[in-house]
Amino acid sequence: MSKGPRDKRMTTDQVVAELRDGMTIGIGGWGPRRKPMALVRAILRSDLKDLTIVSWGGADVGLLARAGKIRKLVFAFVSLDSVPLEPNFQKARQEGTIPELVELDEGMFQTGLRAAAQRLPFLPMRAGLGSDVLVNQPWIKTVTSPYDDREELVAVPALDLDVALVHLNRADQHGNATYLGPDPYFDDLFAMAAERTYVSCEQVVDTAGLTVDTPVQRLLLSRMMVSGVVETPNGAHFTTCTPDYERDERFQRAYGAAAGGSDEDWAAFHDRFLAGDEAAYQAAVRQFGEEQA
Amino acid sequence: MSRADVCAAAIADAFKDDGEIFASPMGLLPMLGVRLAKLTSNPDLVISDGESLFLAGVPPLFAKGDVVEGWIPFRRVFDVVAYGKRHVMMGATQVDRHGNQNISAIGDWAQPKRQLLGSRGAPGNTVNNRTSYWVPKHSPRVFVERVDIVSGVGPKLAKEAGPAAARFNDIHRIVTNLGVLDVRGADDTVRLLSVHPGVSVDEVREATGFELDVPADVPTTREPTAEEQTLIREVLDPKGLRFKEVPDGD
Repeated sequence: MSKGPRDKRMTTDQVVAELRDGMTIGIGGWGPRRKPMALVRAILRSDLKDLTIVSWGGADVGLLARAGKIRKLVFAFVSLDSVPLEPNFQKARQEGTIPELVELDEGMFQTGLRAAAQRLPFLPMRAGLGSDVLVNQPWIKTVTSPYDDREELVAVPALDLDVALVHLNRADQHGNATYLGPDPYFDDLFAMAAERTYVSCEQVVDTAGLTVDTPVQRLLLSRMMVSGVVETPNGAHFTTCTPDYERDERFQRAYGAAAGGSDEDWAAFHDRFLAGDEAAYQAAVRQFGEEQA
Repeated sequence: MSRADVCAAAIADAFKDDGEIFASPMGLLPMLGVRLAKLTSNPDLVISDGESLFLAGVPPLFAKGDVVEGWIPFRRVFDVVAYGKRHVMMGATQVDRHGNQNISAIGDWAQPKRQLLGSRGAPGNTVNNRTSYWVPKHSPRVFVERVDIVSGVGPKLAKEAGPAAARFNDIHRIVTNLGVLDVRGADDTVRLLSVHPGVSVDEVREATGFELDVPADVPTTREPTAEEQTLIREVLDPKGLRFKEVPDGD
């Protein structure tokens, strides 16, 4: 009998058990889109601390900041789109509770991840020149072209990650995974920039099932980039996971109001939705949906 | 004549000479203006649904497009920024005398009084492709002597940062609810190009928190044509969403 590739299925709590205090964790998706929220919620429930978070940020950053999990944040923006300013992130910034910040241009992020994915120390780029990205991050250096143009460009440092967490629509048990929505975002780059990548997905299917009704170009992650696979239905909630579901705007409004409200407002939201495990969260979300219907 | 329609036509004019490039409007009035330009002065513009599709047609604001002509996920947006065939119109929480823009935070960067979005793509946009700004409420709180944080780079800072920064720096227009400006004033400063109908030069001066470069003769922004008004009112924005950003009688 021939042996197949490894079965990498895990639970969210098993993924979190692989993480350590002080790790650098990249979170895939984009703003309020296809975020690995079930994995983020599992981190919220854990004792993990002093994390460096690298994210085109949405509620992932807001929730981790509110829970005091972030020692260092690498960001270009944090937004929920229909709620433009993420209230938990705003609060954390204005109260100075994130000890260390790196603010990049959003394109520099891609370049930094590319450098990490290619095992390079940096890649050159124009973005950042003249802006306060280079003033507030004086450790980011420029590099002069060795060719006749002698252009002085930003040497965007590699964004090396210990772990990447991403959420896709479908995966097989080995870690091959497809996105079915409009945009791959940068989840493949996150995966290649990281020592280890954990992918959560709406549904685990067999390998043939990944391409049975889906073009092969939608296979974004190869199993060689993936260490663990978690099936977490509705696991990107309340961000988008098109076409499985869109953003839960009503829930997002409730989140935004609680995060931007009093400490009591936040405590009530936390106790209702975040105090239990993922199954309790999903049950509370269903109840919230029925009340709002 | 509503002020919102004047603003839409002024924004359309900012894109009329761009040729066949990706027009990237951020926000409602810029989206309206870009689509108006595509229907009138510049049919070659490439527009998107703001998500990941290039649209062949020109749908009304927030409507789904019928025919798709391309794919523009975020990773390819960054490619087009570097490629340069793009004109973005961004918002601006602050703009200063030298045309620098801030959307990052108000106050001290280390611990701001008010955290905003973050610098987003402004640093990269302003040194790679043509960039304009839309300011729906022209006031001294927006137009400040010096921005708290430089997100978007104006021409003076770009020149100071060297040829690689200045090479593609192209801050084209700043359209506000009061007038149209650029950054071609003396010493690379913000200059008044026109005032909207019913607005005086003094009003713009008073609403600007720095010494504005004002030419001897400041024309009035043109009014939208009858065709443009029909397109705005009946095709692009029949629900009147534009009045939420620029109220009538403003």
